[in-house]
Amino acid sequence: MKRHLISAADLTRDDAVLILDTAEEMARVADRPIKKLPTLRGRTVCNLFFEDSTRTRISFEAAEKRLSADVINFAAKGSSVSKGESLKDTAQTLEAMGVDAVVIRHSASGAPYRLATSGWIDAPVINAGDGTHQHPTQALLDAFTMRRRLIGPDAGLGQDLAGRRITLVGDVLHSRVARSNVDLLHTLGAEVTLVAPPTLVPVGVENWPCEVSYDLDAVLPKSDAVMMLRVQRERMNAAFFPTEREYSRRYGLDGERMARMPGHALVMHPGPMVRGMEITAEVADSDRCTVVEQVANGVSIRMAVLYLLLGGNEPALTHPRTEEK
Amino acid sequence: MDASSSDTTAQLPARPVLEGPDIARMLTRIAHEIVERAKGADDVVLLGIPTRGVFLARRLAAKLEEITGRAVPVGSLDITMYRDDLRLGPARTLARTDIPAEGIEGRVVLLVDDVLFSGRTIRAALDALGDIGRPRAVQLAVLVDRGHRELPIRADYVGKNLPTSLRETVKVQLTEEDGRDAVLLGVKHTAPAGER
Repeated sequence: MKRHLISAADLTRDDAVLILDTAEEMARVADRPIKKLPTLRGRTVCNLFFEDSTRTRISFEAAEKRLSADVINFAAKGSSVSKGESLKDTAQTLEAMGVDAVVIRHSASGAPYRLATSGWIDAPVINAGDGTHQHPTQALLDAFTMRRRLIGPDAGLGQDLAGRRITLVGDVLHSRVARSNVDLLHTLGAEVTLVAPPTLVPVGVENWPCEVSYDLDAVLPKSDAVMMLRVQRERMNAAFFPTEREYSRRYGLDGERMARMPGHALVMHPGPMVRGMEITAEVADSDRCTVVEQVANGVSIRMAVLYLLLGGNEPALTHPRTEEK
Repeated sequence: MDASSSDTTAQLPARPVLEGPDIARMLTRIAHEIVERAKGADDVVLLGIPTRGVFLARRLAAKLEEITGRAVPVGSLDITMYRDDLRLGPARTLARTDIPAEGIEGRVVLLVDDVLFSGRTIRAALDALGDIGRPRAVQLAVLVDRGHRELPIRADYVGKNLPTSLRETVKVQLTEEDGRDAVLLGVKHTAPAGER
């Protein structure tokens, strides 16, 4: 494995399967009376959040504490200093404190990469979401949820998602979750289809390892999992569709549409959900919806990533990445 | 298992000191000893330490069932995340921890491993057990005790005491993993400086 986790595209198939298998073991810790392991005792991890987050931040903190790491939470809201400089200052402060790993969320795409490659800090950097770029641990927890549900916790060990058909629906343009998922699911052998209004499909999507469709109803019956994406108003600076109602009618998932999916197919959502927009309450509360499970799995996946990057004196060994280009 | 007992450094050809029938006889004897000491082994839970300890635990469980006529719960206990040498190398791949449905609370937990060497693995296993529950007692069964303890730990049931030097390697092979049953004694090329 590489020293940092910046992008899901950095992971080889072996890296990804190792993380998923390790997370399976971590998940068992949650069933114990003492939900704690001594593995990262004496290691200091800093959660550096330049952007709001509930789920990811709590999840990383829970994972770090379950592995007995010392946790420093740093919330940098409303900094007026230019991003590069403030990030550098913060990084050098952390370096001076002697942190062993940095988990960073930033509204600027590329900030974690800058931190990892700038030489300002020597610790491994884990990307907890940067702008519209990447959110690798979210893609990993999604893949973990799919593997558990579609193959099984035990039967899935060592397996990838070869041949599974996964559909991502909604605001792909602004979604780092979608980008990470396309990269990782492709690495794991799944067939990915993006469904979105034409205005929310990114430029250059033809170079992504996936199909694109504008017709949700045609894709649903051929999907093993359907991941609904939130419309990210906070990143929008223009009108991308006429009305919410029209968006919901064409790209929202309701009970009627869910009935067209195969019996075994999952409904996924990275959260936070906007009920009534991309997903109805009926679907969100159904047995096929894995939202709550995804949150629980997020802790296991982040424990696995932290262990594999920090548990030894170097990241876990997996097969070297083969050049694909 | 202790790190060096399955040493993969360059070695001279290892010679078998125990073969399949020897191992089977030892496990049968250990099973009888367990029944005798645990007064029927009513509340015994076997936990094998991956990798080969798990296979030995399963074999012991089968023999205990033959003797007592009752199924004995058997599981596995991975100690990787409790090791004291994690920082000496790359992060290790985790093995399976599988606690039987009966749990370990108030029971006699019998840890099973292939080679007892420094004792650090068993120390880690005791720590791991403490996070899982509170057994009534913990006992240890090993196929081979090669000596060189670094902690005050001893086995309750030993297949064979095998006095070794630190320049030697002990490798247990089991059919389930290696295709045959044997205990191999080899000699390291490298000096044993700082080994555990």
